[in-house]
Amino acid sequence: MSAYDKVQAARNSKRLTAVDYIGKMFGSSFFELHGDRRFGDDKAIVAGLAMLYDVPITVIAIEKGRNTKERMARNFGSANPEGYRKALRLMKQAEKFHRPVLCLVDTSGAYPGIDAEERGQGLAIAENLMEMMTLKTPILSVLIGEGGSGGALALAVADEVWMLEDSIYSVISPEGCASILWKDSTKAPEASECLKLTSHDLFDLGVVERIIREPSNIDDRKMFEGLKMLIARTFDKNLALDTERLLQTRYARFRRLGSHS
Amino acid sequence: MDLFTFLKPKNELEGSQSSAESMPFIPDSLWVKCPACNNMLLASDLQENHRVCTKCNHHFRMSARERIELLSDENSFTEFDSEMISDDILNFPNYKEKLEAAREKSGEKESVVTGKCTIGNMDVVLCVMSPDFMMGSMGTVTGEKITRAFEYATENRLPVIVCTVSGGARMQEGILSLMQMAKTSGAVKRHSDEGLLYITVITDPTTGGVTASFAMEGDIILSEPNALVGFAGPRVVEQTTHTKLPKGFQKAEFVQDKGFIDAVVQRKDLRKTLSTLLIMHNVKENS
Ligand SMILES: [Zn+2]
Repeated sequence: MSAYDKVQAARNSKRLTAVDYIGKMFGSSFFELHGDRRFGDDKAIVAGLAMLYDVPITVIAIEKGRNTKERMARNFGSANPEGYRKALRLMKQAEKFHRPVLCLVDTSGAYPGIDAEERGQGLAIAENLMEMMTLKTPILSVLIGEGGSGGALALAVADEVWMLEDSIYSVISPEGCASILWKDSTKAPEASECLKLTSHDLFDLGVVERIIREPSNIDDRKMFEGLKMLIARTFDKNLALDTERLLQTRYARFRRLGSHS
Repeated sequence: MDLFTFLKPKNELEGSQSSAESMPFIPDSLWVKCPACNNMLLASDLQENHRVCTKCNHHFRMSARERIELLSDENSFTEFDSEMISDDILNFPNYKEKLEAAREKSGEKESVVTGKCTIGNMDVVLCVMSPDFMMGSMGTVTGEKITRAFEYATENRLPVIVCTVSGGARMQEGILSLMQMAKTSGAVKRHSDEGLLYITVITDPTTGGVTASFAMEGDIILSEPNALVGFAGPRVVEQTTHTKLPKGFQKAEFVQDKGFIDAVVQRKDLRKTLSTLLIMHNVKENS
């Protein structure tokens, strides 16, 4: 598969979305919590509590929607500032109860709307980056589809970041990159190669710790069971660390990326 | 630049690569046309007035060195990491040439100059981004230098002042440039958790990954008048929403009205304002 094939796979409308993952891994134990308690409830972000075997966790996910009606309601998975603020509120709640946080990321990017700008989209993302870096409970982020720039990173400052094999993670969309570089957005396939945005590229660059095999269909029970077990094992390991060590490791994880001497 | 270069006022980001706005001061061109009021200004007057139009108060862009000179006590600036340069990690098309051109144009090795200095005889760490170096785009060296500056300040219990100007993350360094948002934010948070002061000075334009990280993380966020500040650029917003943007959208005064900037400060008052704020935070005098 070429890099651009991966881009298309990551965006495929038949691809499983965050609510599918939540349903498959946590079933009826998932209890959704709404709103940022400041402005409103952003439907692009689904968040709540769930049981990971016998451990309660906080789940925060960006949801694109599975059909046209849902996609409209979810704003195609592009969050507004209140979505990121809902995420932060629930991360702080998780910290209070020392619950691990699982983030599922799937977005083409934070919403570039007039209202979003007026309500401080940049600040909302910046605050998440800062607060997640020192959140005193384990965080794990899994990119399940598109990882679009700052809007994805706002849920991906974590102890470990994993990617589904056909997901992508990029600083800019290949179309955006192509139109800046070559004034021609149809050159997105070439830009996709240049940007090094596939799971294997990112693994090689040290940006992700693990690549997860794709489920072959929605009933791929073995895959979801395997993923759930890996998540549980990772949380177990990180819950056992003392907080100072956990945060030191998280800081060091990002500190070494693009370091120079 | 010839004597009468007529420049249409453009969208700030669009114009940034070519307009007189971003041209470094050229001593032998006598006249400069103000892109805001169209008046011809004597270059020496403009320079005298800290590159602010004497007719309409338009704040021209300023090189990193000019700004350091404006803000810091005379000869007090000691630069950090002045030799650090980007390597073309991803082997990105034409990136090496772009870097070379940016170095040539700006006289800087990267898009931020970091160091320590005194302001009103008080010790501070000062980071100033360069509009002449790929419009202050944030690559790995930018992120690394800012992170190191915050780490130094944390270790030595110093306040930090960052003057931002940036088109956002640097796509030629791919995902690693995105990671600089997390890295710098982590360093800011550690500095903040030590009870230390961080002041942001936003200058025109500040967008994308820099807005969504350290530009918005200051204890106090100042801005120069009329500076463009936002996450998505105005053209992207217009194209996505198919709506005409409201008057003054993403301009500093507008953003202050919305509650995201503490104060809009005239360039001529910037140094005194910073010095007053430092005093109010009990920053010790240099001994
Ligand atoms: Zn003027």
